[in-house]
Amino acid sequence: MNKTVNQKAWFLVLPVLVLVAFSAVIPLMTVVNYSVQDTFGNNVFFWAGLDWFEQMLESERMWNALGRQLIFSGIILAIEVPLGIFVALNMPKKGFWASFCLVLMSLPLLIPWNVVGTIWQIFGRVDIGLLGYTLDKLGISYNYTQDFVAAWATVIVMDVWHWTSLVALLAYAGLQSIPDAYYQAAKIDQASRWSVFRYIELPKMAGVLMIAILLRFMDSFMIYTEPFVVTGGGPGNATTFLSIDLVKMALGQFDLGPAAAFSIMYFLVILLISWVFYTVMTNLDKREGR
Amino acid sequence: MTDATSAPGAASIPGDVSAAEPRARTRRRFRPNGSAVVMALYLIFLMLPIYWLLNMSLKTNTEILGAFSLWPQNLTLANYAKILTDPSWYMGYVNSLIYVVLNTVISVAVALPAAYAFSRYSFLGDKHLFFWLLTNRMAPPAVFALPFFQLYSSVGLFDTHIAVALAHCLFNVPLAVWILEGFMRGVPREIDETAYIDGYSFPRFFVKIFMPLIASGIGVAAFFCFMFSWVELLLSRTLTSVDAKPIAATMTRTVSASGLDWGVLAAAGVLTIVPGALVIWFVRNYIAKGFALGRV
Repeated sequence: MNKTVNQKAWFLVLPVLVLVAFSAVIPLMTVVNYSVQDTFGNNVFFWAGLDWFEQMLESERMWNALGRQLIFSGIILAIEVPLGIFVALNMPKKGFWASFCLVLMSLPLLIPWNVVGTIWQIFGRVDIGLLGYTLDKLGISYNYTQDFVAAWATVIVMDVWHWTSLVALLAYAGLQSIPDAYYQAAKIDQASRWSVFRYIELPKMAGVLMIAILLRFMDSFMIYTEPFVVTGGGPGNATTFLSIDLVKMALGQFDLGPAAAFSIMYFLVILLISWVFYTVMTNLDKREGR
Repeated sequence: MTDATSAPGAASIPGDVSAAEPRARTRRRFRPNGSAVVMALYLIFLMLPIYWLLNMSLKTNTEILGAFSLWPQNLTLANYAKILTDPSWYMGYVNSLIYVVLNTVISVAVALPAAYAFSRYSFLGDKHLFFWLLTNRMAPPAVFALPFFQLYSSVGLFDTHIAVALAHCLFNVPLAVWILEGFMRGVPREIDETAYIDGYSFPRFFVKIFMPLIASGIGVAAFFCFMFSWVELLLSRTLTSVDAKPIAATMTRTVSASGLDWGVLAAAGVLTIVPGALVIWFVRNYIAKGFALGRV
């Protein structure tokens, strides 16, 4: 669509700008402020330059948390995206059952995140939870508060449970927009099931899948509440992801300087990766001529 | 023809050999066997943990900790009664609903004109501005928790509903702009132009003609604002202490104070699912398109 150039459109954007500036720019500047200052208490601050950044860059703690975070995001994307597409391909197309599936699938998305954590905390307990109890009876030793592997497995399965539906719903929306004529043409060409998927469905889903991957990446990178409720970041530091570590540092230990430097680097990493996604996405949009 | 489990989604091909099964009454385009099994398994996977929570909420504590059973042996509603009669519990729900509704109204109201500007006009810095808005959706709440606390304390808004509503605008406004922009792009420009020729002023055109056209988009945007505000805990917990404490925070504290009252905890959890389920039911026909941010 050709857009007209109109600088007055700024006035329409103004309310958003003011509101977001209040709730984003001011807090962000506070963080920047802390990151370059040091204090001995009593609200007396003095200039510390980039010391905190250097300290954080050298700290093993941050690199470990970042490593765990990247592994976590990688694993859940690798599971949720293919699984989501698979589920979407199997969803009924219309009628009562389509609505039925849609409603049930959206349900996990609307549960408050700490309740999600609570649900899985209970579900995985060996004494009162269905999952833990069953595994225990099957003779598999399972204890997510003690065992490294069990903790990771629980957190990952929880995230898959929580968010796969999002990917599935997006892929489903993409599939719904494919006209029947495409399938008929493929039928005439005697295309195999795989080539229908590869050359018709996948390209048509590309746009929404990018959104799905972008959203899932951002949200998994910010994950805090769910693993915190279930494992509290443990055993040891095994499931201490970036946000959990940051909250521990900022609100728990009140190390404002390092925490602020940490925040800024955290934000920059997310920004960088999201910018790559965004560029790819807008290019996809353009190619479709929208 | 292979079994449907090995060829997922093959069902969507019209005129597929197997679609002519006698069971498919008219043009039902999915094969019941393979796809249905996959969906059933997936839905069971989704529902089991929720069922377990519901199951526990209907048991007494002694039963929960005593014998292991798949369904409540002595059905009790005492856990729900406790929550619904104790103000310190149910006020949590009221608080949550107040700030969620406030946030939804604010977010959609400011996002509407902005989304219109982004979808219709190009202006200096529009692309950068749009990306900057999106970055706020990407900002980890953990980064903002402490600064928000100080900001709202210093302006005297700490522990009020509006503080949480404003804080949630951080991620909801960009999302609402994103969704609405997607829907507005689908409305042809000719409609705007015709309205102007007919002598409509901009505000009148926007309210009388344009908004009804994208009503489903507004509904979807509101749904998403509701959803993300409802599920968020870190910011709402940091910004409140007593008067505006959300139910999610009430849950964590009461449980740690009174030992482990599993039944009440489970009942409170079930009650937090209810508003979400109700809202889903109203927008069920638009969910898929909404999740795609109007871009299909």
